[in-house]
Amino acid sequence: MIDWSPLWLSLRLAFLTMAILLLLGIPIAWWLAYNRARWKAAVEAIISLPMVLPPSVLGFYLLLAFSPARGFGKLLDQWLDLRLVFTFPGLVLASIIYSLPFMVNPLLAGFRSLPADLHEASRTLGKSDWTTLFRVLLPNMRASLITGAVLSFAHTIGEFGVVMMIGGSIPGQTRVASVAIYDEVQSTHYGLANRYALVLLALSFTILLLVYLVNHRYNKPKSML
Amino acid sequence: MTEKPTIPTLIFRATKMLHTASGDQLLDIGFQLKQGSILALYGPSGAGKTTILRILAGLTDTTTGYIQTGGGNSDDSQSSDNTNYSKTGDNTNYSKTSDNTKGGKNSNNTKPGKSTTNGGIWLDTSHHINLPTRHRSIGFVFQDFALFPHLTVRQQLEFALPKRSDRSIVDELLAMMELEELQHRKPTLLSGGQQQRVALARAIARRPRLLLLDEPLSALDDEMRHRLQDFILKAHRFYQLTTILVSHYLPEIFRLSDEVIVLENGQVRKQDTAANIFLEQKISSKFRATGEIIDIQPADIVCIVSVLSGNSIVKVVATTAEAAALHIGQKVVIASKAFNPIILPLG
Repeated sequence: MIDWSPLWLSLRLAFLTMAILLLLGIPIAWWLAYNRARWKAAVEAIISLPMVLPPSVLGFYLLLAFSPARGFGKLLDQWLDLRLVFTFPGLVLASIIYSLPFMVNPLLAGFRSLPADLHEASRTLGKSDWTTLFRVLLPNMRASLITGAVLSFAHTIGEFGVVMMIGGSIPGQTRVASVAIYDEVQSTHYGLANRYALVLLALSFTILLLVYLVNHRYNKPKSML
Repeated sequence: MTEKPTIPTLIFRATKMLHTASGDQLLDIGFQLKQGSILALYGPSGAGKTTILRILAGLTDTTTGYIQTGGGNSDDSQSSDNTNYSKTGDNTNYSKTSDNTKGGKNSNNTKPGKSTTNGGIWLDTSHHINLPTRHRSIGFVFQDFALFPHLTVRQQLEFALPKRSDRSIVDELLAMMELEELQHRKPTLLSGGQQQRVALARAIARRPRLLLLDEPLSALDDEMRHRLQDFILKAHRFYQLTTILVSHYLPEIFRLSDEVIVLENGQVRKQDTAANIFLEQKISSKFRATGEIIDIQPADIVCIVSVLSGNSIVKVVATTAEAAALHIGQKVVIASKAFNPIILPLG
């Protein structure tokens, strides 16, 4: 019988990561889109780094950083009693870093595709940056918001290397679906591995299908909405 | 509408380096404007017309600059907590307006139907005052209208209202601009002229002190232009606005403006009425048209000069000596004294 808990854990992790990334990604992308700081390029590069870095490299450095034996991890352990290595909160934090570019980049593209004068028109109507962001800019980039949310969700479901390094495989804690597949294969339970794999395959396909459907819908003339 | 005192409502000075296609050029502009008037900014492209509007709106920075608005509507006394506005036209009573740079007190104490923001000093680079755009009492109509794609016509106007202001102005403006039938449509379902009216209504909805129009009619055909000029005039009078308009188009300038500023190479070349600037008053004549020489053909002992005026070509006979002083591409006035034009109705 299939143990659903790894799948359930994967979904919980992905939802949490997506929600936190929405909150983080909007201000970051907004800042990148409208700020003219010279060191902006460096920020962009750092955010996109997880896209090109082998996940095991990222996981390795996070493992070092989170290690309760020293530095940052020690601080967290002593002051907040928070252990990030081989725990669910640690997985969430690692996933946020890992999936950050998949949220920020679509949002950034969304902001940049908006005509500059929408922003200016709102300011000339006496509106603050806050009002402009939530009532003018974001409503006109719904497709980017949905793309960012779905991609970061799907990317988190699919992560393996980072989870392996930082989370290990503690059932109910850090044993997410992708890790469960690996474990079952290691124990030559190919049938079980196949079931996990099929569920993930179906889930990923459905999610991507949804993204493309939504994008097609929003790419029609706005009046059709 | 009462007779307004003829005090300057706007004092503008600014310098800024412009980076245009034809190289760098210093914009160095100063002018004053009376309340309730319509000023047209005229000049070749790249002369800095739009930049002036953007500086007024706080959308573009300047090297040095000073903008003071004053002599406001007599109902501007809402700001009892801040400055004691007298209505005498004495500008010294705006001394506390630098408080505005800290924001927060512009629109929230608005009474229904009143102007949304206090006047005062919007920009003074020598005192590091630069009021953010949202605290300047302006309405800006962008060249391509900048309507919000996700909002209906009515929602665009409602969005523009300051908090706790009278909402009846929305219906009033929809009626004035003849947009009632279209109020639940989104911008993509509107024609150019309709979008223009929405942009105008939206700019006025917050009851600004200053209305800024950046070539608002350039995208429209002649008939639509004419109608929209009516809407602009109507709104300007009804809401007692002070209006600055960028325009290339002489008929529009004649029709709308009280005063014209001709810009050239980043400087004010003339500030006067349209008639004084564009019509040579020295020749007394019954018929006059302006045009451009497109051809000079010698014919026997005279020359035939072809002048393009509007859409028609007028051929004028000139002596060889006269023709020698003319060249193709020159702007000229054609005038005739003993002349009785015939008027025929069209269509």
